Amino acid sequence: MKIAIPVDQKSLETNVCVSFGRAPYFLIYDTTTKESVFLDNGAAASTGGAGIKAAQAIVDSSADALLTPRCGENAANVLKVAGIKIYKTIGDSTGHNIDAFVAGKLPLLDEIHAGFHGHGGN
Amino acid sequence: MKQLLILSGKGGTGKTTIASALIRLSNAKAYADCDVDAPNLHLIAGRNSAPVNKDYYGLPKAEINPERCIQCDACRQNCRFAAVLVENGYTVDPFACEGCGVCEFVCPVGAVSLNPAVAGKRMLYRDEETVFSTAQLKMGSGNSGLLVTEVKKQMTAAAPPDTKLAIIDGSPGIGCPVIASLSGVDLVLMVAEPSVSGISDMERIVKTAAKFGTKAVVCVNKYDTNPENTKEIETFCKEQGLPFVGKVPFDESVVKAVNSGRAITDINCKSGEVVKAIYHRIMKLLFDEGGE
Amino acid sequence: MRIAVLSGKGGTGKTLVSVNLAAVAEKATYIDCDVEEPNGHLFFKPEDIREETVSIQIPIANETLCNGCRQCVDFCKFNALAYIRNKLIVFEDVCHSCGGCVLLCPQKALGEKERGIGKVQKGRSGNVDVHTGILNTGEASGVPIIKKLLDDNKDAPSAVTIIDCPPGSACVVMESIQDADYCVLVAEPTLFGVHNLNMVYELVRLFQKPFGVVLNKCLEGENPAEKLCLKKNIQILGRIPFDHALGMLNSNAKIAVRENKTYQTIFAKLLDTVAKEVYHETAPHS
Repeated sequence: MKIAIPVDQKSLETNVCVSFGRAPYFLIYDTTTKESVFLDNGAAASTGGAGIKAAQAIVDSSADALLTPRCGENAANVLKVAGIKIYKTIGDSTGHNIDAFVAGKLPLLDEIHAGFHGHGGN
Repeated sequence: MKQLLILSGKGGTGKTTIASALIRLSNAKAYADCDVDAPNLHLIAGRNSAPVNKDYYGLPKAEINPERCIQCDACRQNCRFAAVLVENGYTVDPFACEGCGVCEFVCPVGAVSLNPAVAGKRMLYRDEETVFSTAQLKMGSGNSGLLVTEVKKQMTAAAPPDTKLAIIDGSPGIGCPVIASLSGVDLVLMVAEPSVSGISDMERIVKTAAKFGTKAVVCVNKYDTNPENTKEIETFCKEQGLPFVGKVPFDESVVKAVNSGRAITDINCKSGEVVKAIYHRIMKLLFDEGGE
Repeated sequence: MRIAVLSGKGGTGKTLVSVNLAAVAEKATYIDCDVEEPNGHLFFKPEDIREETVSIQIPIANETLCNGCRQCVDFCKFNALAYIRNKLIVFEDVCHSCGGCVLLCPQKALGEKERGIGKVQKGRSGNVDVHTGILNTGEASGVPIIKKLLDDNKDAPSAVTIIDCPPGSACVVMESIQDADYCVLVAEPTLFGVHNLNMVYELVRLFQKPFGVVLNKCLEGENPAEKLCLKKNIQILGRIPFDHALGMLNSNAKIAVRENKTYQTIFAKLLDTVAKEVYHETAPHS
């Protein structure tokens, strides 16, 4: 199973990024092969709609689940249509969250915030 | 690090005045001004040292190369923002351009390009003990949650490791920048004004904060300019289960304090005393019953 | 004459000045362009309200024609489109209505539909026609509503039109002052006030609009906003003293000139000064 996590740096020791849409990188981790790939998040510098673009990238990476501290409404919609489950991370550590996910200890993210939206694209 | 965000809905309620007093009282090691349209915190809680500046890029803007342009008019006809001007050749009005890229797409000769445009700058003041993060949008640039996010990121990244409390002066309104400033915040202090407009704006912002599950408390500024409306705000808070943390009186010394670049708690005045009491209540909420 | 009233930040008394200038005129149109927080109608409480929805065009995909090339997704600078499970999703509140995706779709699979983003209300309050723009919460831009408000007023301008602008100096303010004959800048007597006055001052100069300043909430003692005006040689149109009674009327959403003779005199004089300035500015220079 492949999971995606927004992260601050390109390393397994990095922290989970507090923002999904504007995270600098995504870690795509395969729980079976234990392989990890880092994707640059092209949406990080978007003035608007960052969550949508980031979610599209997660979908295209064919991840099955997203582990994140929070997620906007628009991004959540993209992921929902794609059938990707969203789990809420606990604490900052990327490694701990992967372990917790594998152990089935991460809760589903139910509080979806209303999003930052495309405001002020100008 | 706990984050306290100060919001008001309507402008001019005294958000920045109260924020600067709380910064002074708490000796906050990290603070930020997210009112990127009209930042004012630096005037009163600023530093003598020069800040580190970084340009902020919004959406790119179109430019037309006059040497390649064949004046076919396709860009002007297809621009929905009326941003293509025809006076001595074709040019783009940078204030009207939204950077959508339609002109670049329709141009048959490749005369249009989209170029990065500086929409403002963010600034970081820093000394051995504290950091202050702020920004200023350029005139005519639409506000964006992105710049607010950058200002906050800049603050948290530079904050000393033992920072217990960060204070953020939010933007007015209820739009995207406010929502961006809410992310990651532990407590919101609403500064309300006892006027009909002030109440209507406050109710909207309370709703926004509730949507995010962010804890909010309310204080009224210049409460004695309209005691009846103040009472109405108190009742509203009771109904909504929002802690009401204090009523600041109208005080002419505030103008004097602000004009001399001081916080109201630096001088001996009645409004300063009330803000001190508010400060203690907030600290209690943040650190005694603050939860996680 | 069209008079735009601006201020660098909220709470300086922009709406107080706009509302009272309109109310003191014999006959006037008041246009509230502060579409995110329109407050003028709270004062005027207009009657016989007619309402119109303001819409923008947003794309809609024809699924049978769409072949999933994703050119539109890549093109959209606002990230309003996503292509998931062989289906194009349009995020309506993120769309800026540029029409680019419709133009470029090689399959001609995209059309457009209307989407309401807010409304315009027109009513009457005594001698004043009150026009209010209201942007729905969560919408990206109020510019289309401001455009509609000002376009509607182009053909039938009353003797006096007062435009209550949004605070600040962003693109929505530029839109609001575009057709104004004169700009009135409202400033507070604080350092904050000066800083923000400076921003709108730069804005009106950039647009080459004639302008003057109204000093609001004047107290005894030094007024930094006044100092700035003197230093930059900016015309001071009038001074409104800080006074509790005025503050009380205003915070209860009462129109001061309709309640009290003193304020009527103050604002009538202000309107007169502005009218003279406008006449002076628009008179042919011979």
